[in-house]
Amino acid sequence: MLTKRIIPCLDIKGGRAVKGVNFLNLRDAGDPVKLAKQYVAQNADELIFLDISASELKRKTLTNLVLKVAAAIDIPFTVGGGISSVEDAFAVLKNGADKVSINSAAVKNPRLITTLSKKFGSQCVVVAIDAKKLNSKWKVHLVGGKIPTEIDLFEWSKEVADRGAGEILFTSMDHDGTKKGFANKALAKLSSIINIPIIASGGAGKIQDFTDTFICGKSDAALAASVFHFGEISILDLKKQLKNQHINIRM
Amino acid sequence: MIAIIDYNAGNIRSLQFALERLGVKSILTSDFDKIIKADKVIFPGQGAAQNAMLKLKQNGLDDLIPQLKQPVLGICLGMQLLCEHTEEDDEKGLGIIKCRVKRFSDKAKVPQMGWNNISKLQTSLFEGVKENEYMYLVHSYYVPLLNETIAISNYGLEYSVAVHKNNFYGVQFHPEKSSSAGQVVLKNFLKL
Repeated sequence: MLTKRIIPCLDIKGGRAVKGVNFLNLRDAGDPVKLAKQYVAQNADELIFLDISASELKRKTLTNLVLKVAAAIDIPFTVGGGISSVEDAFAVLKNGADKVSINSAAVKNPRLITTLSKKFGSQCVVVAIDAKKLNSKWKVHLVGGKIPTEIDLFEWSKEVADRGAGEILFTSMDHDGTKKGFANKALAKLSSIINIPIIASGGAGKIQDFTDTFICGKSDAALAASVFHFGEISILDLKKQLKNQHINIRM
Repeated sequence: MIAIIDYNAGNIRSLQFALERLGVKSILTSDFDKIIKADKVIFPGQGAAQNAMLKLKQNGLDDLIPQLKQPVLGICLGMQLLCEHTEEDDEKGLGIIKCRVKRFSDKAKVPQMGWNNISKLQTSLFEGVKENEYMYLVHSYYVPLLNETIAISNYGLEYSVAVHKNNFYGVQFHPEKSSSAGQVVLKNFLKL
């Protein structure tokens, strides 16, 4: 049976891994290649690298990092952050990334999803969606969660799936950094309306949160950053306990 | 020398790195001479079937591959294209294995993405790999169970996760992305 995936996420800034709370207050979390190797040794199922730096040199720094990561690890990884064209996507894919994640660029130009999935295949197109509840409606936010839009999370997710995305990475900004669990209600709704895998993101604090998102949130994968980077939860322990709770997991 | 068939398939870099980690030299090439002379040939694949077949035809690789005599390993879409036909884009494959590749039904999420276990392992390709080992898979289409099946997996139904006919091998999973277990499969292929 297909297993649920545990995905550590590394936010990258200037070639270093960083982690903040609610998208703010960045702290240094170490060398991304070294961190990546540690996660592989702990049986992480996949990794995501999100480049949150914005500079002219960005693409070059990022492609160098992708190459180093690809040489060092033998599990799949996704790269995102500022990918806004076929050229950007190609640059990371040809250097060894398995998937690209697009976010704001997809909202601004939804055809990018179609183009990328036709050109590289659905399997390597992850659409990341940051959303926040405003007046009891989930609204999509752009540019790392800074800019609110009027776009509804569920409608956008449907369009994303119809346009050929292989996977959705949904981050609840209300939950991100709070360590109070994932947005399981919204996640379960997403799984009921679209038929591509959903990665839950934002809110991981304890092991039970992962169990809950796999059972109540129907998530296919769960992403977390700080609880892994700062050693609060070890992936090996997490997987052992999930297995004890009869969740299908790769050991 | 290992030849990786170059037809612009996705993520070749990871495959090259995986071979490098095994201390093996490989070349990425579409040159007939180099492919014919290689000890082993890897036929990778990712992306859409139609596009892939188009690229193969442009270089005449669709004629060359079925005639190869050394061990050939098709990976993912590379395995599916060893077959006669695929529902993906209603495309004709290389016809080495007589079967039709089908799309997963929408009862399960499509694509299947992640780690699934493989069982009923046969042939030396899986020597040292334990039954029910997890491998990394990402695909929307599958090869049904056949006489040529040498490993199965289950995603809503049982399907061929590896096939073997004469000198041709195919694996649906990505050995280069399946951690140490995947490395064992690659190593076994190199020993054939």
